[in-house]
Amino acid sequence: MKKVKIYVTLRESVLDPQGSAVMGSLHKMDYAEVEDVRIGKYLELMISDDAHDVDALVNEMCQKLLTNTVIEDYRFEIEEAVSQ
Amino acid sequence: MKFAVIVFPGSNCDLDMYHAVKDELGEEAEYVWHDSTDLSGYDGILLPGGFSYGDYLRCGAIAQSSAVMDEVKKAVEAGKPVLGICNGFQILTEAGLLPGVLLRNKNLKFMCKTVGLKVENANTLFTNEYSEGQEIQIPIAHGEGNYYCDDETYEQLKQNNQIVFSYADDFNGSRNNIAGIVNERGNVLGMMPHPERAVSELIGGSDGLALFKSIVKQWREANVSHA
Repeated sequence: MKKVKIYVTLRESVLDPQGSAVMGSLHKMDYAEVEDVRIGKYLELMISDDAHDVDALVNEMCQKLLTNTVIEDYRFEIEEAVSQ
Repeated sequence: MKFAVIVFPGSNCDLDMYHAVKDELGEEAEYVWHDSTDLSGYDGILLPGGFSYGDYLRCGAIAQSSAVMDEVKKAVEAGKPVLGICNGFQILTEAGLLPGVLLRNKNLKFMCKTVGLKVENANTLFTNEYSEGQEIQIPIAHGEGNYYCDDETYEQLKQNNQIVFSYADDFNGSRNNIAGIVNERGNVLGMMPHPERAVSELIGGSDGLALFKSIVKQWREANVSHA
C-alpha cells in the first residue's frame, strides 16, 4: 500500500478571499509580520501495491478530477504506508 | 420542443426549471437522472442550479464526471441548445464545455437578491427575444459566482462576442462583471443568475421568460416547416 499526499493550492495569480480574510484576522490579533495567507487543500489517497506507475496515475487523477488547473496548482508525495 | 432537466444528487432548482418550461412556456419537459446514458430524444438540455454532490471537492467537479455528462457533450456536438444555470454553469466550466471557472464571491458571502443584468449580446439563440444593452432584473443566489479566467481567455471571449450577460454592479468580483457566457459555437450558455426564477409577475418578475422563449423561437425556425 502506498500513501499519496496531495497538496492543492490556488495559483499565485488567483485572488484568495478566504486567505485574505484570515490574514485580516491575524493582523487584528497583532501578528503584523504576516504578509500573505493562502489557503489550500490537502488530500490523502491510499493506493494499492498492484498499481503500476503511481506517479503517472496520480497526475492523471489530479488533472481529471482532483484539481482544476485553471486556478489551482498541485504537488504530491508518495510514501510507503506502514501496515497496521 | 422537448427539454431534459438533468437532476444530480443535490440539484434544487430542477423544479423551477421544469415549471418555467412546462407551465410558463407550454413546452415539454422531463426530469433526467444523472446516470442516464441517452439524451437523443431531447431537443434542449437544461442543467439546473443547486449543490450537486454537496459541492464537495469543488462546485461542479464531481457532477462533471457523471455518466450523463458524456451525453451532454454529444448534445453540444450535435448543436443542441444546452443551458446551465448557477451550479449548472459551474458544471459546464468543470466539464470544459465553457472556459474559465467560478470562485468564491469576493466578500465570501452567499448572496441572494435580485440584480440588474445587462444583455451584452442579443444575437444568440438564448437572447434573441432581448435587445442589445437592455437591462433586466434577475435573481441571484450563489456563494461561488465570481467568474475567473486568464487574460488570454478573456480576450477570446470578447473577440468572439461570447460574453452574453454582465452585472450592472460588481458585487461578487467577477472578471469585468461577467454573469453569463456562451461557447464559441453559441449553443452552450452558462450563467449564474436564475432566469427560471423570474418567469411570472406572480413570483416577482418575468424578465427571465424571454430567455426560454428565445430558445424555443430559434428551434421552431430551424425545425418546424411552415406548411
